[in-house]
Amino acid sequence: MTNTKRKKAIVVLEDGISFTGFSFGATGTASGEVVFNTSLSGYQEILTDPSYKGQIVTMTYPLIGNYGVNKEDVESRRPFVEGFIVKECSRIASNWRSCDTLDNYLKENNIIGIEGVDTRAITRHTRLQGAMKAVISSEDLDVENLLKKVRASKGLVGKDLVNEVSCKEIYQWNNEGEYHVVVIDCGVKLNILRSLALNNCRVSVVPANTSSVEILKLNPDGIMLSNGPGDPEPLTYVVKTIRELLGKIPVFGICLGQQLLGLALGGRTYKLKFGHHGANQPVKDLKTGKIDITAQNHGFCVDIESLNKDEVEITHINLNDNTLEGLRHRKLPVFSVQYHPESCPGPHDAQYLFKNFIEMIEENKH
Amino acid sequence: MPKRVDIKKILIIGSGPIIIGQACEFDYSGTQACKALKEEGYEVVLINSNPATIMTDPEIADATYIEPITPEVLEKIIERERPDAVLPTLGGQTGLNTAVKASEMGIFDKYNVKMIGANTQAIHKAEDRKLFKEAMKKIGLDVPRSALAYNMEEARKACKKIGLPVIIRPSFTLGGTGGGIVNTEDEFEKIAELGLKSSMISEILVEESVLGWKEYELEVMRDIKDNVVIVCSIENFDPMGIHTGDSITVAPAQTLTDVEYQKMRDASISIIREIGVETGGSNIQFAVNPENGRMVVIEMNPRVSRSSALASKATGFPIAKFAAKLAVGYTLDEIRNDITKETPASFEPTIDYCVVKIPRFTFEKFPEAQDILGISMKSVGETMAIGRTFKEALQKGLRGLEIGHNGLDNKKKYTEIDDEKLNQRLKEPNASRIFYIKYALQRGMSVEEICRMTKIDPWFIFNINEIVLLEKEIILSSRKTRGMGFDSGLLLQAKQFGFSDKQIAQLIETDELAVRNFRQKKGVEPTYKLVDTCAAEFEAYTPYYYSTYESEDETRSSDKKKIMILGGGPNRIGQGIEFDYCCCHAAFALKELGFETIMVNSNPETVSTDYDTSDKLYFEPLTFEDVMNIVDKEKPDGIIVQFGGQTPLNLAKNLADAGAPIIGTSVEAIDRAEDRDKFSKIITKLKISQPPNGSAVSWEQAVSITKEIGYPVLVRPSYVLGGRAMRIVYNEADLKIFMKEAVEASEQRPILIDKFLEDAVEVDVDAVSDGNTTVIGGIMEHIEEAGVHSGDSACVLPPHTLSDDIIETIRKHTFALSKELGVMGLINIQFAVKNDEVYILEVNPRASRTVPFVSKATGVPLAKIAAKVMVGKKLTELGVIDEKKIEHVCVKESVLPFSRFSGVDIILGPEMKSTGEVMGIDTSFGMAFYKSQLAAGSLLPEKGQVFISVKNSDKRNIVFIAKKISDMGLEIIATKGTAKVLKSNNIKVKVVGKIGEGDNDILKLIGKGEIKLVINTPNGARGQSDMKPMRSAAVMRGITCITTIQGAQAAVNGMEARYKGDFSVKSIQEFLSV
Repeated sequence: MTNTKRKKAIVVLEDGISFTGFSFGATGTASGEVVFNTSLSGYQEILTDPSYKGQIVTMTYPLIGNYGVNKEDVESRRPFVEGFIVKECSRIASNWRSCDTLDNYLKENNIIGIEGVDTRAITRHTRLQGAMKAVISSEDLDVENLLKKVRASKGLVGKDLVNEVSCKEIYQWNNEGEYHVVVIDCGVKLNILRSLALNNCRVSVVPANTSSVEILKLNPDGIMLSNGPGDPEPLTYVVKTIRELLGKIPVFGICLGQQLLGLALGGRTYKLKFGHHGANQPVKDLKTGKIDITAQNHGFCVDIESLNKDEVEITHINLNDNTLEGLRHRKLPVFSVQYHPESCPGPHDAQYLFKNFIEMIEENKH
Repeated sequence: MPKRVDIKKILIIGSGPIIIGQACEFDYSGTQACKALKEEGYEVVLINSNPATIMTDPEIADATYIEPITPEVLEKIIERERPDAVLPTLGGQTGLNTAVKASEMGIFDKYNVKMIGANTQAIHKAEDRKLFKEAMKKIGLDVPRSALAYNMEEARKACKKIGLPVIIRPSFTLGGTGGGIVNTEDEFEKIAELGLKSSMISEILVEESVLGWKEYELEVMRDIKDNVVIVCSIENFDPMGIHTGDSITVAPAQTLTDVEYQKMRDASISIIREIGVETGGSNIQFAVNPENGRMVVIEMNPRVSRSSALASKATGFPIAKFAAKLAVGYTLDEIRNDITKETPASFEPTIDYCVVKIPRFTFEKFPEAQDILGISMKSVGETMAIGRTFKEALQKGLRGLEIGHNGLDNKKKYTEIDDEKLNQRLKEPNASRIFYIKYALQRGMSVEEICRMTKIDPWFIFNINEIVLLEKEIILSSRKTRGMGFDSGLLLQAKQFGFSDKQIAQLIETDELAVRNFRQKKGVEPTYKLVDTCAAEFEAYTPYYYSTYESEDETRSSDKKKIMILGGGPNRIGQGIEFDYCCCHAAFALKELGFETIMVNSNPETVSTDYDTSDKLYFEPLTFEDVMNIVDKEKPDGIIVQFGGQTPLNLAKNLADAGAPIIGTSVEAIDRAEDRDKFSKIITKLKISQPPNGSAVSWEQAVSITKEIGYPVLVRPSYVLGGRAMRIVYNEADLKIFMKEAVEASEQRPILIDKFLEDAVEVDVDAVSDGNTTVIGGIMEHIEEAGVHSGDSACVLPPHTLSDDIIETIRKHTFALSKELGVMGLINIQFAVKNDEVYILEVNPRASRTVPFVSKATGVPLAKIAAKVMVGKKLTELGVIDEKKIEHVCVKESVLPFSRFSGVDIILGPEMKSTGEVMGIDTSFGMAFYKSQLAAGSLLPEKGQVFISVKNSDKRNIVFIAKKISDMGLEIIATKGTAKVLKSNNIKVKVVGKIGEGDNDILKLIGKGEIKLVINTPNGARGQSDMKPMRSAAVMRGITCITTIQGAQAAVNGMEARYKGDFSVKSIQEFLSV
């Protein structure tokens, strides 16, 4: 379709910068923090990653939707992004597994998309000014109006987004496996569950607000602290639970899970300027010197300085900015990573961490 | 891990002459490697026979051997230089093969030289199809079903088992030569046999056909600590069955979900580990069944490749440079990403644009060859384009290809193509299929139907259809508004879809400038974005730009004086690495003078498009629009158009008219040299002889000119390079055929007709002038007679048969012409010498193909000097006063691509056909010539049988040549006529039948491999085609085939030199310091 006949849409950032493009997916207005993701593929996984709750995702790769959407490549029950910004949304879905176009998928899931904007400019702006609040709209194109809305909207800091994405009831992911792992669901990606199952785990998923007592009642061999959206600081209830579990049962934290663990171990977290969102982040294992290319998606991070080094060992760092990527308790069976060993989307380099978790569980059993 | 300290001196093997399948990408990679290793404090020794490369510049390596790349020569160099290690993975297949052979011969062990990068075991495992398949199966990867065969019987058995269609792949060859797709049993017999012959080890693979599957490539890097990263994924637009070098390719992969991409990534990492490439880059190819996603591994190149050069340019990640650093022990995290400065190389580049590479073919040079594509590579160059969408990049690429298209335009009217032709062009992969896809869409064929016929992924066809639909919209809108009243939103969208101004002008029936003005008035201007390896996640410090139509522009301006250099675009026959060499030298020279240099080029294989070469790089098509947009943005103080070959020269006039500050020789002077009438006036004024000539724009004029000057005549279109469509014409019938072709090649410009001087010696001169002083760079005497294109002819510097008087006349003419034309920079003049008279053939006031050769031979950096002259320096100021005299002899020999085009006659003529060149350097002509032949792969035999058959006029001259050959102990075989002459001169000769004459005719002897050298000079006039199959057969079997008497004479000189004793090697630095 030629652009002249298309419905317009607009993104307005809280500092007043705006970009006009064209509407795709659902129409309407949505607000959230604008972040950019540098993955070349995997948009369906990104859309359905609950960690993006509260965020509008800009894809840096300009051609999105090429292979459509399918039934398998989902990371949760539905898309969680607040809005989706791309350069060009493909109207053709070309892949043998595809069952629909991205455009239709977003419409069905009521996600507002905008295309035809200079996504590189948005990315550069975000890099230079930091991740900021924004409104995306295809019904109101008035910048002043929208700017008011942006400024009135609440940001991510201090907000509990986990309770919006966490499951409400305990459920069994699978019924077989030698090791019983309880996953504290702060917005867990399904591939964490799949990966555990593949590694011979029987997986129970519990809501984020489940108490340690209830968790212990399930008699788990290991605890998985899942990924999830937003700021870890307001999640004091999860931090409390973790503190009560530490030392009793082996714990493995991923992403938000690492941040919560960091807090539980007495550390501090802080907001990164624009976070890490992509599939090409180099992480160095400080013990072996080996480098993994990792999938990452986080806007907050544990402050290395805040950790008690007598208790906590820094195991991994990010080679781009030297931020904390992994830690391990020196005495207790507890470790975590800031990146995503379950990938989806992203490289599989760090998959072995699930095996390490199982080994830790094994050791703890004996 | 820090760098290795047990190594101090490293030998790098280059890739030799430019041939199809191995082009200047290896100059790019080799140059990067030399620089990277020197930077680390290693002493670098280099072998490369190609003088047109940047890597053979004396300052790049510590010791540079411009010598033939053979294991024997390698040994001589190793014996002299005693390197600690050899790095074989940067010189293409040539480098790899030579290293493997040398290793097998025990040379490396003998001198205790370590192979770094990849060892022979890994190379074998990757290159040997059987070992490779076993390795893949071992690590659980899928491969096409197949069987190896070493003879025809085994081959037939394998074919039966797998079932037709199958693919035949010979082991250990270059660029897929000798292989083929087989649909019928007859084809099988033919291709299997050829495959067995072209394999170095007589091994072919008969393989399940995965034709029509999706094709992908991944560029992988590994370090000594086993860290592996994927630099880039590439999806081929053309499906399996078309050599990736001949395919349109796109980066990154477009139609793979992350799940499938990660599967491929995992496979690639397992492969590089299993094969055992310890450090450096590899290229791995996959095929994916579009029906069910079945992924099979096709092959792996355990070295830097054409695709890795493309990946480097597409991402900004310099694979070759890093490969060199990894080879000496660094790990990826110890290497800094040059572009971001702060982040390490241990990451995977991510890009925020789409890259399209389009191959450039030259089938027009080989009219007998069909432009059908298969698994044997045929393209001679490529262009790369960057855009924010596939549509934009594709159209930019098509106009950057310089084949007369302004994008995906309407050169042919879709209404005029019949269904049969359309279907055929869609079904059978060919060089112009992309345009037929458009015509099909315009004719209403559905995307699905086109996909079915072409096996191209629907995503690509759908995108092309979006271009078609927008084009309709533009036409409609302009009709409604009677011209250019259309919406600026539509105009912006057209630009975002990659439409050129010219293309839009054609659609709305106006001219390019009108669209340009309208566009600028509407504020629809290009923005420039950075190629930064990281999609803007980090600050980028290297100004490597591409244009697009977006909201933010990222160019940064400086206060420095700026000079813009226009490159040569895609390589083609006639315009290749030599011109890129000159452009790079201009950048280097002007940097020395403190200018900010801005390079504009679209060829991803080149050194000029390395972001290190100039201060700023614009990766853009070389069209008026694209260049002028950059001029508007950068406002350079000067633009150099005379180094990039014909491409920038063709733009010069329009650029100058638009106010662009072109420096160097004026556009008027260029025109005076090109325009026949104006040029004749100069010649008359300067009292220089010229063959009788005229120019014609019509048939009648042409006939009347030939009547006046008499046949034979040399005819050619004006303003073309590489002798495009140039012919020697002996009669009116041939003239008629020529006129038709020539009009196509030069569009409305006059046809030039010269009296052809038979048996004249041709001389090439390169000189540099500052307007007052002219200094000669080199005078080169051609080996072949005038009439053979200078680019195809061998030549020697200094001249070896010309008298001092003649040379003095040539000098005088050169000075006079330079002065008269007001040359500011380089000038190249071609003379013909006949009966002691010097005639002028043509003058080119620009860089010529021989500039790098002359510079290597003399050590005088002509292009650099010329660049400095263009910005106002005087030659005296630069210390360039006298013509350099050299004590050694240099021979340039051309390398021809005939073995790629089966059935094409190999005769040399005025139309250039060579793809590359080599240089032989020694103290005598004979040995320098011998080396040049060895380097070009035309081995001059020391024993065995030599077949001689010459035209009547050569019979007298052949006697002396044959006598010498016979005296050196070689046997002579000749056809009846030639034999008679030789016998009567007491030369021992065996008679053989012409083709079809008797049981054991010459064709059969060639087939049996009994002939080591062929000397066959065909008659000038047509009809001398009875020996054509013999010549073709010889070339296909790698037998040296000489087609001129002068060439034969030189060959004998070479053979004699070799007969008297073995040759020695010496570095160019030593030759030049004498």
